[in-house]
Amino acid sequence: MSSPTSRSAFFLGLREALPMALVVFPFGMVFGVVATEAGLELIETMVFTSAVIAGASQLTGLHLMQDAAPLLIVLASALAVNLRMAMYSAALTPHFGQASLLRRALIAFFTVDQNYALCAKRFDGPERLSLGWKTGYFAGTTVPTAPFWISGTLLGALVGDAIPEWLPLDFAVPITFVALIAPGLRTGAHRGAALVSAMLALAFAWLPYNLGLMVAGIGGMMTGAQLELILERRKLKKEGLA
Amino acid sequence: MTGTQYDGPLLWVVIFGLALGSFGLRFLFLGVVGNRPMPEWVLRHLRYTAVAVLPGLVAPMVVWPAATGGEPEPVRLTAILATLVTGLVTKNMTLSIIAGAVVLGLGLALT
Repeated sequence: MSSPTSRSAFFLGLREALPMALVVFPFGMVFGVVATEAGLELIETMVFTSAVIAGASQLTGLHLMQDAAPLLIVLASALAVNLRMAMYSAALTPHFGQASLLRRALIAFFTVDQNYALCAKRFDGPERLSLGWKTGYFAGTTVPTAPFWISGTLLGALVGDAIPEWLPLDFAVPITFVALIAPGLRTGAHRGAALVSAMLALAFAWLPYNLGLMVAGIGGMMTGAQLELILERRKLKKEGLA
Repeated sequence: MTGTQYDGPLLWVVIFGLALGSFGLRFLFLGVVGNRPMPEWVLRHLRYTAVAVLPGLVAPMVVWPAATGGEPEPVRLTAILATLVTGLVTKNMTLSIIAGAVVLGLGLALT
């Protein structure tokens, strides 16, 4: 991490990830406020947010705990939201496979949507980049993400109590989630998965232990995967005709 | 977590369970699987996990909000619609949060 290449890669990553802080910080605040409203102590909120570093997953867990859902459902649902991290991990492996175990563990711990997206764009380009360069770049993209997430939570938790009663904070979570999903609904497969998931969740809301969410999640994933296959086949057919 | 079974040590079980599980998912390939390729069908399903789980979580909160005792409410529905449309059009998370919050705030102030 001390060679000139990795240093310049670090600052490039830092510069490119800086706008992400504007998204990560307020989202961190939302978690801090909502966790405090739910009755979590400052220390609980801060350990939660610093050890998990995954907003959607944390809010899912928090919401289900407030619903008094069983422990296994809380863990399974919150981790299901994070399954995409396994995909990021798989995608980063060809780039960092040669790094030391400690570095791979650190990279894994700090992988979030924002810095993964930046790395994926950079690393899959035409340039051949060294391991040192990639490690430096990843470290640079991490500075405006995880630390801003954690400090956002801290501020949210500290001001949470000062927020007046009449503010409709109950709705901070749905609004944040929809804002998180909507920009990612790029393809018909994504939109289909989201729509089926929402409809299944409403149709199976009567199931005990929040199992309706499991039905919605599995149904949504299958819909997305199948639609992707269908759309790909249709595209191939069209190209074959042209 | 007042008033539920998570008002005590069980909360820490959730926090550490999520911390370990999240790290496990992030480390799975980098640390354990290495360069071995995953079957295409697994990857295809994994691509949709976030958009398949989050809408299912949100839909009941929107249609039957806890704050109104589970009664559907036009202001909250409109606020979610504003969030969704802004997110689809601008692809910007912060802007769509602001849109939803403004509609919700105005709507509740006027009704």
